Amino acid sequence: MQTVFSIAIDALAYGMVLFVISIGLSVTMGLMRVVNLAHGAFAMIGGYIASYAVRDLGLAYGFAVLLAVFATIIIAIPVERLLYRRIYGAPELTQVLMTIGITFCVIGIANYVFGPTLKTIPLPEHLRGPIDLGFRSIAAHKLFAIGCGAAVALGLWYLIERTSFGVKLRASVDNASMAAALGVRTQVVYAASFAIAVGLAAFGGVVGAELLPIEPYYALRYMVTFLVVVSVGGAGSIPGALLACLLLGGIDTTGRYLMPEYGEFFFYLAVIVIVSFFPRGLLGKAN
Amino acid sequence: MTAVNEIPLATSAPTGHGHLKRDLIGLAIISLFAVLGYLVFPNNLALLTRIIAILLLVLSLDLVTGYCGVATLGHAALFGSGAYAAGIAAVHFGITEPITMVVIGAAAGAVAGLLSGAIILRGHGLSQLVLSIAIIHLFHEAANKASTYTGGSDGLSGIAPDAVFGLFQFDLWGRTAYIFGIVLLLVVFMLLRQLVQSPFGMLCRGIKEDPVRISAMGASVRGTLLKMYTISGAVAGVGGALTAISTQVVGLDSLSFTMSAEALVMLVLGGTGSLYGAFIGTFVFMFFEDFVSAANPFHWLTLVGALLIAVVLCAPRGIYGTVVERLPSLWRRRS
Amino acid sequence: MSADFVFEVDNLEKNFGGLAVTRNVTLAMRPGDRVALIGPNGAGKTTFVNLVTGHLKPDSGKVRLGGNDVTHFKPTQRVHHGLVRSFQVTRLFLDMTPEEHIALAILQRSGKSGRMAGNYISHPGMLFEVDELLSTLGLTAMRHMKVREIAYGQQRLLEIALAMALRPKVLLLDEPAAGVPQSDTGRIEEALSKLPGDLAVLMIEHDMDLVFRFAKRVIVLAAGEIIFDGSPTDVTRDPRVREAYLGSYGHDRNVA
Repeated sequence: MQTVFSIAIDALAYGMVLFVISIGLSVTMGLMRVVNLAHGAFAMIGGYIASYAVRDLGLAYGFAVLLAVFATIIIAIPVERLLYRRIYGAPELTQVLMTIGITFCVIGIANYVFGPTLKTIPLPEHLRGPIDLGFRSIAAHKLFAIGCGAAVALGLWYLIERTSFGVKLRASVDNASMAAALGVRTQVVYAASFAIAVGLAAFGGVVGAELLPIEPYYALRYMVTFLVVVSVGGAGSIPGALLACLLLGGIDTTGRYLMPEYGEFFFYLAVIVIVSFFPRGLLGKAN
Repeated sequence: MTAVNEIPLATSAPTGHGHLKRDLIGLAIISLFAVLGYLVFPNNLALLTRIIAILLLVLSLDLVTGYCGVATLGHAALFGSGAYAAGIAAVHFGITEPITMVVIGAAAGAVAGLLSGAIILRGHGLSQLVLSIAIIHLFHEAANKASTYTGGSDGLSGIAPDAVFGLFQFDLWGRTAYIFGIVLLLVVFMLLRQLVQSPFGMLCRGIKEDPVRISAMGASVRGTLLKMYTISGAVAGVGGALTAISTQVVGLDSLSFTMSAEALVMLVLGGTGSLYGAFIGTFVFMFFEDFVSAANPFHWLTLVGALLIAVVLCAPRGIYGTVVERLPSLWRRRS
Repeated sequence: MSADFVFEVDNLEKNFGGLAVTRNVTLAMRPGDRVALIGPNGAGKTTFVNLVTGHLKPDSGKVRLGGNDVTHFKPTQRVHHGLVRSFQVTRLFLDMTPEEHIALAILQRSGKSGRMAGNYISHPGMLFEVDELLSTLGLTAMRHMKVREIAYGQQRLLEIALAMALRPKVLLLDEPAAGVPQSDTGRIEEALSKLPGDLAVLMIEHDMDLVFRFAKRVIVLAAGEIIFDGSPTDVTRDPRVREAYLGSYGHDRNVA
């Protein structure tokens, strides 16, 4: 019983971190149809900035998170302008190569600036120890990660379903040329969603740093994980991404607890089975 | 101007004879470089042999990506299967005759090609890429788990191939291995030139450009692609067997996502869809890697990244493709 | 059924989520027939073509080629049984030459497209047949040019040549003159007039001048139903056809 509970909490925390990082990728891929393998690099940049802010500048954790999110967005803007704009609508192979190139560059630069060692982001006092739930106690940072995931899901739901930006975004995802003909400035929608996506990646990189530790190969190690989540959930679908994260987080965590010697075997087996039968993802659009 | 344009049109009319002549020239150039490599880098024959093995992987990738238009990030699965099959045959079953080992590697690669082709071809675009990624990770984890046979993360060691034809021992300097590799490469290259010019090769190029039209002509797109995947697997398997024979160990890195991605980078760097591009891309990439990563692996990564971005922005057809495209106009300007 | 029909469609039905897009469509063609299928936008012509070629499964009804029931055949199997289609928007291999296109179609027809050795040029009789087809369609001059470099009108001709190289028994031509400048339609028409005499041709077309010159028989499809099947001279006088095309202009009732 205790194991089941531990697995469930770990799976939930891991799944939520995956969700926070991947959801931006899912939205931008549904919108701009770019296979973006560099998304994890932005999460990593966020993690590095937060680590630097807390450890070297002595900022409070909350400020460090904000700084990481905004600084990552500022770094991403010229990258989007100069590089991503060239590959919108290009064949997948081109997009893969360009974004792998960006990832490699970010890894090399991160190592040059921060060194090859693992960087921690010290948590504030109240997030450190365990929290007593009465019948069990859980590590506070896991609960925090789960809360962040839930908050992001709710916030995005509100943004997309209840605001005028959301209407424009949904219209552009469904049919960009029609949305443009109706007067939606799709370029602005693209740029705003890209910024939100990068910001969320950075946020996820910071709050998930205890589970996905920050080091230069982060961008390469999880590059595939994020892409897989989007593909399994269906590009552009928020419920799909949430479902995929919880499902894959559950499979991965269970596998690690019960059959650690198999590594990620079951994770990728599940991916193959799901994607083979749902090539557009679990909740992807039919077309 | 029109007169200038018409002359190359008339002369470029393909004939069976012209193709053969061009292939023989290609063969002669490869042999020349092989001899040059032997003479100039006598202490680096191990690296050159490794380049040949990787080149076989990149050629094999060119068959599915360059000729059929299937983008994959999991092609090392075919290469690694060949390497492990040849290695396991030698270590656990005592099959140490090198040519038999190559045949076993090719067969295992073909089976891996058929299997991963059957899965990858279920998807399109993003799902195709994700399936290919999942496959390479699955193969990697499976090989890691089956450590009784594969040696797991320690690698499979103790591969001791016999002398080639019972005459040429694999020596410490890697001379025999190098020559063995060159001969394999020449044979494979000649067969592949035949393949890509054959009716089957033409059918594959047709599928790359418009699969709907191909099926409207009554040909099976999926069946054709599966055949090509199997052939591609055999070629990659030969490359894998060559590493097993020449280095006498097989590591998990031969079944890695990184190697798959690097093979794709090499192919695109050189240029897809010509076989020659694979040669140029592999040599440029591997030589640079050897120089730069010896100094600092992270600098190497930055450099590869920058190179990739530059290729996408400036030379999307790769080195060979760009040269072939630009050469005629340069030629005309000079004469 | 009757042995002299080469192509038969029996009571074909197709619904998309309750919407009937093909309703009780029945028609038959003999070798040498020249039939035009016309109908206003949204009449279900594309669905009909997809049902016939096998890209869509009908809810009920049958498709027969040369007396064989092919309703459950895959699209490629129907091609082997002699049903070939052309495309409304040219679908060709942009980096290949017209000669290679025709050669590939001939190899495919003769079951040799899977051969992994040799070159198409060395196949006996190949160049002769390629020459003949290219010259019939006036494409000899550009036989070694890449298709992306030749004019659209010529690409349309190549599309027809490609269909002919497969030696079909039944040919579905999907708007063969679509997108071709007026000055070039004469060449398309000339090519159509040279199609083999025993070939049954079903042409889907919007250009009524072309329909009247080409077809001996016209079928009108409206709202998924055949509302007219008869001679070109009668079609413009038929009240249902007038209603389908002119709709509320002709009558008060609106026919979708």
